[in-house]
Amino acid sequence: MQHSPAGGVVTAGRSDVESSVAPSAPVLEIDNLHVHFVTSHGTVRAVEGVTYSVYPGEMVAIVGESGSGKSVSALAVMRLLPPQSSRIVAGSIKFEGKSLLDLDDESMRQVRGRSISMIFQEPMTSLNPVLTIGLQIKEPLLIHMGMSEAEADERAIELLTLVGITDPANRLVQYPHQLSGGMRQRVMIAIGLACNPKLLIADEPTTALDVTIQAQILELMKDLSRRLGIAVIIITHNLGIVARYADRVNVMYAARIVESGTAERVFGRPLHPYARGLLSAVPRLDRGRAVKLATIDGSPPNLLNPPEGCRFRPRCRFAIDECMKVPAFREIEEGHFAACHRTPEIETLADADAARPEGHAGLVADDASAVLDIKGASKFFPVGGGFLRGPAKLVRAVNDVSLTVRKGETLGLVGESGCGKSTLGRLVLRLEDPTAGEILFDGVDLAQMKRSEMIAIRKKMQVIFQDPYSSLNPRMTVGQIIGEPMYVHSILPNDKIDDRVAELLQLVGLFPYMALRYPHELSGGQRQRVGIARALAVNPEVIVCDEAVSALDVSIQGQVINLLEDLQQKLGLTYLFIAHDLAVVRHISTRVAVMYLGRIVELSDSAELFANPKHPYTQALLAAAPIPDPVIERSRPRKIITGELPSPLNPPSGCVFHPRCPLATEDCKKAVPAQRELGPGHMVACIHA
Amino acid sequence: MLGYILRRLLMVIPTLLGVAVAVFFLIRVMPGDPVVVKLRADGANVTEETIQAERKRLGLDQPLIVQFKDYMIGLTRLDLGKSLWTGQSVAGEIALRFPVSLQVAIMATLIAVIIAVPLGTLCAIYRDSWLDNVIRVVAVSGLAIPGFWLGMLIILGLLYFFNWLPKIGYVSIFEDPITNLSALFWPALSVGYRYAAVVTRMMRSALLEVMREDYIRTARAKGVYERLVTRRHGLRNALLPVVTVVGLEFAFLIGGLVVTEQVFNLNGIGKLFVDATARGDFTLIQGLVLLIATVFVIVNLLVDLLYAALDPRIRLT
Repeated sequence: MQHSPAGGVVTAGRSDVESSVAPSAPVLEIDNLHVHFVTSHGTVRAVEGVTYSVYPGEMVAIVGESGSGKSVSALAVMRLLPPQSSRIVAGSIKFEGKSLLDLDDESMRQVRGRSISMIFQEPMTSLNPVLTIGLQIKEPLLIHMGMSEAEADERAIELLTLVGITDPANRLVQYPHQLSGGMRQRVMIAIGLACNPKLLIADEPTTALDVTIQAQILELMKDLSRRLGIAVIIITHNLGIVARYADRVNVMYAARIVESGTAERVFGRPLHPYARGLLSAVPRLDRGRAVKLATIDGSPPNLLNPPEGCRFRPRCRFAIDECMKVPAFREIEEGHFAACHRTPEIETLADADAARPEGHAGLVADDASAVLDIKGASKFFPVGGGFLRGPAKLVRAVNDVSLTVRKGETLGLVGESGCGKSTLGRLVLRLEDPTAGEILFDGVDLAQMKRSEMIAIRKKMQVIFQDPYSSLNPRMTVGQIIGEPMYVHSILPNDKIDDRVAELLQLVGLFPYMALRYPHELSGGQRQRVGIARALAVNPEVIVCDEAVSALDVSIQGQVINLLEDLQQKLGLTYLFIAHDLAVVRHISTRVAVMYLGRIVELSDSAELFANPKHPYTQALLAAAPIPDPVIERSRPRKIITGELPSPLNPPSGCVFHPRCPLATEDCKKAVPAQRELGPGHMVACIHA
Repeated sequence: MLGYILRRLLMVIPTLLGVAVAVFFLIRVMPGDPVVVKLRADGANVTEETIQAERKRLGLDQPLIVQFKDYMIGLTRLDLGKSLWTGQSVAGEIALRFPVSLQVAIMATLIAVIIAVPLGTLCAIYRDSWLDNVIRVVAVSGLAIPGFWLGMLIILGLLYFFNWLPKIGYVSIFEDPITNLSALFWPALSVGYRYAAVVTRMMRSALLEVMREDYIRTARAKGVYERLVTRRHGLRNALLPVVTVVGLEFAFLIGGLVVTEQVFNLNGIGKLFVDATARGDFTLIQGLVLLIATVFVIVNLLVDLLYAALDPRIRLT
């Protein structure tokens, strides 16, 4: 083992302050692990030479983009990789000094769930839908601990209480679909903790959850790992989470660990160009849009045929000839490792390169005319009901929302899942008709328009969707996808369309020859660019971006955000930018509206809103979102909002936020608070703000 | 739950009404006059007056709308009318044959499920092994071999090896179970082979699909025994699509066993249907179509109830 132990104490959290304490033996040591996948296209080298160790009571983060091998290396520890296609070709995995790779299947089964347990990304699909919560929690207890049914019941109730689930005895007989996503993840944690394991591996445990729930879950894990002395490996792509919770960080890129060290060192003084790039590519909640995001060009390599030498070389600004040789993973300063030939000079190089282009402030005059004027719009969906079933209930997805979008601005619409932000976007596009209220586009009410009149409007309004994988027709070429709207709206003579497609491809940073490709031949980032080109094809005035960058990796996300900003400047576009990621919204928006349960609770200029949030919900959202800087994170007060989003079928009376609000009083239950203007253009719907 | 079943049964009425109306008019578009077919079938020289008299007797001389009215009024009294050919009541004709077809269908289903669920599960567990390959070859053969041909082989085999043949002529299972079963087992087996093949393949692919799910990985990560992973976590989820296939096949068997019934000399619904169509026996065809529609509706209800029993996410309200 080349690592010197950096942590090792159960009681305190951060590792750097404990270097004087005698190190204990590591729980887990992974040495030079290589994992291959055999596919019909060839061998994918998914993990190459990964080496790290984990000490009792510490939280180690594995950070990387999708496909970097972070999950595969964790599944290898559990020996849960698909046996048909995967091969662990070299390396060793030692758990408490015992080699896991040498165990037979039965001995390995006894380790799983007993000494090492694992929590997975998708709480929605990771629990068996046809078995009760109780059975699923008790299963490891009955199998590993030899408990009786009654003892297991008792322990299951204890575990559910431990993970903060109310009314545990009654939960035992419920099924997963009766619980919310956050609750299910708590159940997963309870299962993971059932047999008091020594090591807990959490694979993107909060990626599928909303930011307030994410904070609740991670606080719980951190707290439990400290109290019970459990070592935790957390696999994530979210740098903010790493900064807030991890003691040590391993950064993975293209199957290798490129940098490793304490959170403070890696974030404070990143040594590998990739880690540096990643940190500057991520939009930050504590920074506005004054500076353009620095991005990493290109996309991660295909592991079927990776580049020679340093894997990051083709994307690296500082690459030299020597980078054709694989750089050694060396200790640069105490406990801080990196695999780069240029680490000694990296800081000087980076400083010389730091002249970052100014972002455009994107200020829009207050009196700029409104392109979109939403007046008291509501959308209720009936659920249930029908023939012989009695009347339907109503889901109040959007409830009396008024909002204007000014020409040339980016209005960010932010909120957690189920708050109605996407429905509002669909109303604006008239993919849905409003139940009440009106939506004016250039002064004309959309709902009053006939089909034929809508066609003309649709040319002026376009949409970019979240998932670049499912929103492009797989049987059409890129050229056909981008050309279709021009053809439909007869914008150009048919023989000119190809030229325009080529022009649009260049505009979004792709190449004209890609018009002949099919979507599956492109990477996620390239596909999203195709989606943008399609939206631009009809020269729209307004583009609704519905979670347009949420499905992309950090380095790609930065590229797409920059592209959207450039296009706005060049073409004078207006964006309605719908997203759940506060940092992204802060970076791209001129004004921001915060939605909660179908209503807008706060609306303001972006800088003002993030500097001076007035509504308790906005404050809670901001407090819950982690900032990728361990120094800031440690000094921030943690006020984690409790509870979950109530059902929109039966929203709370008065202010919809009052059941979760720290400021709530009796008055809040009485009436829906009106929007008040607290500062110039700063509207808040709260009586206590 | 009870309310749900009652509502679903009530929904049968509009469904059957639609079927009744559609079949009434569709049959009458068919070429061929049932009376002419009946009286001149053997090239007999029958006068036009006789034919007209027969038409009058059967009520076929009335305008279509009057016939339709009479038919609908009859339906409200659950009276399906009389067969144009035999003059017996349609309900009676059907009641005579239905038990045979129903019993063969039930037995075939039992045979299929008993064979297919374990075999399909073995295939999925030992995927791509020699066992999987052997079972799949046997299953594909089941799809390829027509049921009636297999039936003929079975009869020849019984005769050749045991010098024995099942008794001709139907005896109710309540009268003499041994004779009844010894006669009906063979047609059920010859149909059940194909049936089992379909279900085995569905079972295999459904279980393979389920074993890739996240919750299976969770179960393994908990250290659950591999056998328990398959049985407790996999099987129940995989049974959902299997139940659908079993239901569809079952409903098909009630009316779809024409040739197999012929081979085993069974007097079943399939044979009756073919005869009724050949003779242009309007009333009997109407009755049979309504019967089969009812079977489909009831089987679908049973499938939905089974779904709800297997999967707690499905609430029947």
